[in-house]
Amino acid sequence: MALFGKKRESGPLDYAGRWSLRLWVAGVMLFLYLPLASLILFSFNDSRRTIRWEGFTFDWYGKLANDDALISAFTNSLTIAAISTLFSVVLGAMSAIALWRFRFPGKGLFDGMITLPIVVPEICMGVAMLVFFGTIMPWPRDLVWPLDLGAIAIAHITFSFPFVTVVVRARLASFNREMEEAARDLGAGELRALWDVLLPHVRPALISGALLAFTLSLDDFVITFFTAGPNTVTFPVKIYSMVRFSVTPEVNAASTVLMAITVAMTLLGMKLQGADIARSEAP
Amino acid sequence: MASARGISGGSRSAFWAVFLTPALWMMLFFVVPLSVIWAYSFGRTLGLTEVVVTGTLANYVRVFDPVYLMIFAKSLVFAGVTTAICLIIGFPYALVMTFASARAKILLLLAIMLPFWTNLLVRTYALMAVMRTEGWINDGFGLVGLGPFEMLHTNFAVITGLVYVHLPFIVLPLFSTLDRLDRSLIEASLDLGAGHLRTIFQVVIPIVWPGILSAVLLCFIPALGSYLTPDLLGGPDSQMIASVIERQFKRANDWPFGAALSFMLMYLTLAAMAWRALAERRAAGKEAH
Repeated sequence: MALFGKKRESGPLDYAGRWSLRLWVAGVMLFLYLPLASLILFSFNDSRRTIRWEGFTFDWYGKLANDDALISAFTNSLTIAAISTLFSVVLGAMSAIALWRFRFPGKGLFDGMITLPIVVPEICMGVAMLVFFGTIMPWPRDLVWPLDLGAIAIAHITFSFPFVTVVVRARLASFNREMEEAARDLGAGELRALWDVLLPHVRPALISGALLAFTLSLDDFVITFFTAGPNTVTFPVKIYSMVRFSVTPEVNAASTVLMAITVAMTLLGMKLQGADIARSEAP
Repeated sequence: MASARGISGGSRSAFWAVFLTPALWMMLFFVVPLSVIWAYSFGRTLGLTEVVVTGTLANYVRVFDPVYLMIFAKSLVFAGVTTAICLIIGFPYALVMTFASARAKILLLLAIMLPFWTNLLVRTYALMAVMRTEGWINDGFGLVGLGPFEMLHTNFAVITGLVYVHLPFIVLPLFSTLDRLDRSLIEASLDLGAGHLRTIFQVVIPIVWPGILSAVLLCFIPALGSYLTPDLLGGPDSQMIASVIERQFKRANDWPFGAALSFMLMYLTLAAMAWRALAERRAAGKEAH
């Protein structure tokens, strides 16, 4: 690894090897990771007051496992993320294909409409959803689980699928249209050609899009905060109410769990995606 | 093979099959909610959650009340300072990333992306725990006989939090512009006797300027609309626009005024986006010459 190599010849453009810049990078790392590391560390601390290290314990995690409200918030979050990912991938792939493949009147408008949720401030989207589900299309309050999560899921799908569109569209740009024409010549119908030729090509993008949608949904606080009812609390909303109350080792433990899930998902997704690209590009 | 309605590129049925569902979804769950907010911004409240749209401009006039203008100004300053600090911290990092070996490049990229993937609330909470009066930064100051300093619930904490959260937004686009830079230009400048700092300021920065501008806006736009960071890390005098909007909708129950504020924030965001698009087009035009 060149970054920390001991002694090497240093060229004029070897900015990565200059000690001043290395120090700078080390500083950035400390800034980024020290707070997170201390959060994880103190989730194992055997003391209520989280200042001093009193010994190692799993107690806070045990407490989490017995906290019914937290567990149900966690289940809600995972359920919403799963639903949102499924819909986002389908809608994202459809709109990407529509934008890549076809010319149609109002294409610029459609493109803008799909891109807008990416740039609109979260707070604006949050209040729009609050008003929409409050007055225009009230979501029934007393539905059975998981139907009561519908409003939040719809909000999540709406801000997630444009990201999938962007990712899939970028991958589509490298598709060789002749492959599809060959399939058509060999007798495949249009939809069949889409399914058998185009879809395998965009699969890596679908995987990374799905991953993105899942993380966006699991991560979202602001928009959910405005769409959630008293009985439909998600994990971030629950943590928010705990954080407002006080800094405790339970919150540290809950945060660590959430962080571990996100990191695991990201690494898994990268691995799947890497394997998929390797497979599809192997001769 | 243009058809009568001007759809080309494939059969009409295939087009409708992929176009209709996302278009309807966006209309119903994005365009309609935003339009309602937009309409409400020209209305006034009747009772608790009832709003009549009267076409009044009173809400927009109220936005220009000094109290709210100050909050807008403060949000712009917070976002601006955050972006400047992110740029100063991020530029050397992006430079190292550009010139690092392939393996180190991936590690540096992962290092900056990993916090980005971590929940925003978790990151903000981590900062709270570190900066509070009993946190270990103050413990550290205590060891050398200083402090404790009141760091949490101050404007300093808000800026720190905003920088912490928005650093990846500036490093990634900076890296992608620096990576495309023609290295022989730097070598030429060094050969001709300019020092490293001079080369960076007089050769590298002017060339990648459009990219820097674009990165700056990519950082500024989300920072401007931040809600969670000022809410959790800030004190009573560090409110940004989003906190005021939230209050109008959740506590003050003045939806029309909140709607007008939302749209002012939206117009600011869109203006920044348009500026960025313009800058990029101009840069592309320059390259074409």
